[in-house]
Amino acid sequence: MREVQVSEVPVQHTRWNTHDFPDAAKVLLEDSQTRKNVQHATNVIQGKRNKVTAELPDWEDLREAGAQVKAHTLRHLDYYLTKFEENCTRAGGHVHWASDADEANRIILGLVRSHGAKEVIKIKTMTSEEIGLNATLEANGVWPVETDLAELIIQLGKDRPSHFVVPALHKNKEQIREIFQREMNLPDLGDQPIDLATAARTYLREKYMRIKVAISGGNFLIADTGGMCIVESEGNGRMCLTLPDVLISVVGIEKVIPSFRDLDILLQTLPRSATGERMNPYNSTWTGVHPGDGPKEFHVVLLDNGRSPILADKEARQTLQCIRCAACLNACPVYHQTGGHAYESVYAGPIGAILTPQLHSMGEGRSLPYASSLCGACYEVCPVKINIPEVLIHLRGKIVREDQATLAGKFSLWNIGMQAAAFLFKDAGRLSMAEHLGQIGQKALVSKNGFIEWMPGMLSGWTQTRDLKAMPEQSFRDWWAKERAPQDKEDAHG
Amino acid sequence: MGDSNSQRSTVLASIRMSLGAPSSPAGIEAEYAAIERSYKCKGTLSEDALLDLFEDRLLEYDAGVYRCSASRIADAVEGILRKRRKSGLAIPAGLSREWLPEGFGFTDATGLDAYELDKTEGLLSSCTVAIAETGSLVLQNADGQGARILSLVPDYHLCVVTASQVVETVPEAFERLAKTSDLPTTFISGPSATADIEMTRIKGVHGPRFLDVLLVIA
Amino acid sequence: MRVSLFITCYNDALFPETGKSVVHVLERLGHTIEFPPEQTCCGQMHWNTGYLREAVPIIRHFVKVYQDAEAVVIPSSSCVSMMRDHYVKAAEMDGDAKLVADVEALLPRIFEFSEFLVRKLGVEDVGASYPHKVTYHASCHSMRSLHLGDIPIRLLKNVRGLDLQPIQNIQECCGFGGTFSIKNADVSSAMLADKVRSVLNTGAEICTAVDNSCLMHLYGSLHRQRTFVKTAHLAEILASGHVGAHL
Repeated sequence: MREVQVSEVPVQHTRWNTHDFPDAAKVLLEDSQTRKNVQHATNVIQGKRNKVTAELPDWEDLREAGAQVKAHTLRHLDYYLTKFEENCTRAGGHVHWASDADEANRIILGLVRSHGAKEVIKIKTMTSEEIGLNATLEANGVWPVETDLAELIIQLGKDRPSHFVVPALHKNKEQIREIFQREMNLPDLGDQPIDLATAARTYLREKYMRIKVAISGGNFLIADTGGMCIVESEGNGRMCLTLPDVLISVVGIEKVIPSFRDLDILLQTLPRSATGERMNPYNSTWTGVHPGDGPKEFHVVLLDNGRSPILADKEARQTLQCIRCAACLNACPVYHQTGGHAYESVYAGPIGAILTPQLHSMGEGRSLPYASSLCGACYEVCPVKINIPEVLIHLRGKIVREDQATLAGKFSLWNIGMQAAAFLFKDAGRLSMAEHLGQIGQKALVSKNGFIEWMPGMLSGWTQTRDLKAMPEQSFRDWWAKERAPQDKEDAHG
Repeated sequence: MGDSNSQRSTVLASIRMSLGAPSSPAGIEAEYAAIERSYKCKGTLSEDALLDLFEDRLLEYDAGVYRCSASRIADAVEGILRKRRKSGLAIPAGLSREWLPEGFGFTDATGLDAYELDKTEGLLSSCTVAIAETGSLVLQNADGQGARILSLVPDYHLCVVTASQVVETVPEAFERLAKTSDLPTTFISGPSATADIEMTRIKGVHGPRFLDVLLVIA
Repeated sequence: MRVSLFITCYNDALFPETGKSVVHVLERLGHTIEFPPEQTCCGQMHWNTGYLREAVPIIRHFVKVYQDAEAVVIPSSSCVSMMRDHYVKAAEMDGDAKLVADVEALLPRIFEFSEFLVRKLGVEDVGASYPHKVTYHASCHSMRSLHLGDIPIRLLKNVRGLDLQPIQNIQECCGFGGTFSIKNADVSSAMLADKVRSVLNTGAEICTAVDNSCLMHLYGSLHRQRTFVKTAHLAEILASGHVGAHL
């Protein structure tokens, strides 16, 4: 059978569409069911997260240490990756390198085929979503069975993830029941969460026992032991890590940490931030291959796919510190309103707004850095202290400069307006004159109750839902000049 | 193979180009050692308070918690098995035979596959270390604990934890694990759970749905 | 003290009463107010929208105007946060070592109005009276950048006759975000709707804050919906109930 190349598979990898965020958001704001589900889920996790972080008097110390460990690792990423490779190989694992998604898919497909597998079991991994692995496998006659409950819901519902810890958070139990009834052929399925989970348990248990090849991601690659760590709740991870003969893990290069010991920070901050628990139900660590315990063959695919260029940007490098806890999504007031699909990317929310465009070298997702009011809630909760607002502004700076280098950008309304404003703000006399012009010019727009209810062009965005009080007839500086400055002059001379 | 080497070179070259002049390994290790770790490492609780905290956390997960003295382990195991209506359990290699009460069937679990383990009534094991603050059991592939599959497939797990194995904090646990950090290791903090459906925590999706801990006080 | 007032560009044009209130309160406490007429803007709008290079001359101008001030008081936490969080970075980006030094010398002398009263002057009771039901909206910059904590609440609690009602979900952004309110008008309006609901649930007649930017946003909707709930900057409340005060 001819091997179907990934580039022929009609799916965008990191981004699945090309709408601007405001347009994508507008559609989702109309979806009140999704908004309700998103707000319920994020409120629950946030409440739990706040409780379990408040009870740790050293929470800020943990954040600081985690940030320093991650920043240090990124500064010497090649050193730690090669150290990991050496130690993992010594322990019987195979380390592969993939510069991009196509290469990663090629490697994984090759490994799956070499074992003649027609089905593989998968643990939830956003990295595999990023590279479009499932579509590639399916196009080449291999069926990937998602074993994480949320990913199973997404897969059976032919949907996309909207949150990387709770990917199906946008669905309620009625919607899930409908999907399971249809796809698992269970017409009498109950609608309580326990019924749905039991259905999934039964459906999947048979597959774990039988399918011989598993694919996973990885939460942490451990350089000093050559080991890996997987953090999970359901136990499907443990099933996939121990029952099959072959395990293939696709992991972003930024996931490496220097030492096993560093998990003493990250296994405190990750569970508390991600699900609001003191510890998640199951964590697994292992090195390479261990006779009589787990797979006989273990492969790690180290994925670059746009990460290494981000290292060059000293301001934005902190983006790669992310440990995928999604606390920033839960805290984000914009995410609360739109949910994850508005970002049209595997990585949504605040981290998505900075990571997605950078993975594409700013070629895609250019509206995402503007999908923020810069409120700072994300930075406040990030367990590795990524200053997301700072990176957002930095990326906005890049976008503005790039746009200004084009004719369309240079003469855009935004640029002309901002250049004009900058001109005014450099000199008080000019600014004052502009205020006077405004006081006169607004008269056409001011209604008799003293408010502006309509403004033209892009400013109509304001007046669609908000009134604007008319500019007062006298500015503060004019009042001061008239009422107080003559006095000052007198005092000075008097 | 040539292909994969070139991918390796490509990725490393891209990383190195981004990072600029590399530091020496000694420099890197020194920078790593200088990382500020002012988070709480050592526990402060008395042994009694520590064990009470551990018990509280386990009870929060709906695990069963029992206590006994070192000389009465087999009796305690018997009591728990009767309560759970078990006629026997699977056991890992290297588990102390003194822990096993008469009148029950204990199967050596070494080498059993998933289907066979699925048919057992549960697992009896020890652990490497336990963390009170988080209510966690840490099992490794070692005597009395066995391969990871043993504590995964059976629906019931009875874990014997001696008081000296309980530490307060996560960093203390990692100190205990430092010398065996390359072994297959599982941190178990309650029965499996998912909150994927409307944030309702449902227990026992995959992995044992029933967990009992026997705390052995010296 | 000689206090140099930085009114901020938007307060100057849109909320001159806030400035007059600041003057009134500080003079009543015995301080002298200077108003450098050459002042313009802090540069935040340009900086936050990504016009980083364009913000630098605006920043340089601000630093020049206030270089010799004993204390600079600003009735806007977002402008103060721009200075504390970004001025040094902007100067470094421009490669201007002298500007970096001047900024670092000036920063310790810059205060938001309510933090000036409580942290610098040690005053929590300015002798105001304002017999209305009021709720306090915490702007994001005041919480997360300036860490004002409960400073505004303490000031409000000492205002005679003021019935202070706490607002729910105080940590959630009102949706203004400067140019965000235009670029992402729909999401901004959705966030605003939730915040307005929280305000209305308090039953307050007046919503106050230390930033007129948020208040302008809130009032835009409160007025459009004819709720007849008004907004007032904290300074205006603190200036009330004295002889010569105005609202």
